[in-house]
Amino acid sequence: MPELKAAALACLLVAASVPAAAQMGATTDVTHAAATDATVVARGKALYESRCGACHSVDANRVGPAHQGVVGRKAGSAPGFVYSKALANSQVIWTPSNLLAWLAGPEAVIPGQEMGYSLGEARDRQDVVAYLATLQSR
Amino acid sequence: MNSRIQTLSTTPVVPSLAASRRAFMGRTGTLSAVAVAMLAGKDALAQGMGGDMSKDVSILNVALGLEHEAINAYQLGAGSGLLQKPVLDIAVQFQGHHKAHRDALIATIQKMGGTPVMEKKLADYATALKADTLRNQGDVLDLAARLELGAINAYLGVIPAFGSKDLAKVAGRLAADETMHFTILTNALGRPLPAGALSFGA
Repeated sequence: MPELKAAALACLLVAASVPAAAQMGATTDVTHAAATDATVVARGKALYESRCGACHSVDANRVGPAHQGVVGRKAGSAPGFVYSKALANSQVIWTPSNLLAWLAGPEAVIPGQEMGYSLGEARDRQDVVAYLATLQSR
Repeated sequence: MNSRIQTLSTTPVVPSLAASRRAFMGRTGTLSAVAVAMLAGKDALAQGMGGDMSKDVSILNVALGLEHEAINAYQLGAGSGLLQKPVLDIAVQFQGHHKAHRDALIATIQKMGGTPVMEKKLADYATALKADTLRNQGDVLDLAARLELGAINAYLGVIPAFGSKDLAKVAGRLAADETMHFTILTNALGRPLPAGALSFGA
């Protein structure tokens, strides 16, 4: 979650500019942000399993492609998965930002794609993308 | 599916079950009653339906992919030797439902001028679903419950995306079948039912 990381960074910057006595509160804020980040990822993982798990797995191509290392990967490039022409020809590189847009409405991001599913709630999209961002390439 | 039927019939099952399974498999060669019922009076699907029909076909093909996977998951479970009666009977019955779904989806896709997505090899599904990690009946039921829950949410999730209200209704009916499966599997696993209302599709 870039937003949360930015928030944590902001807390650190604020903490560096205030007296020591006040830093205890800032430290608490940072701890809270980290805990919130973990909570977001955990919720995103649960959502991923229940809402995306029909078609997707982290490490196996199923109805949809595997998601290990999806952030930073070129769209339509999961090894061994047969994509639609739209995905295969896309030049999109997956980022948290365009993944949020994809989950809101895939067709708007890559017209002609074949995923008819979307997540209607912004918080759900954010949490799922936060989880996807943890799935680094092996 | 014939090669798969033969594979299944060589697994160590009691004769009565093998017979019922053969009878069941024998019913899947032609368009199922469910498919006929789904498609009854739905010629508009192929004629003059407004909107982008290719998008609806794409969604149906994703659904068909789910059904192929579910059929093969139950096949893996039934062939694993890990399921005991009466759970095995129920798994075979659920597989039958998924085969009926498959038949209905294939018929619908073809009627709309699309090309149904092909079923993969059983070994491919086994790899993707990590069938080699299944150790007991609970593991098989857990896998089935996860897939059924995923299918429920997938079907509910694509309802708004259909251009055709008829197809949206079909997705709802498919979701209802999967919900029945999920509920029975949850009960068999001794797990509590969802605590709150509106837990599916959200």
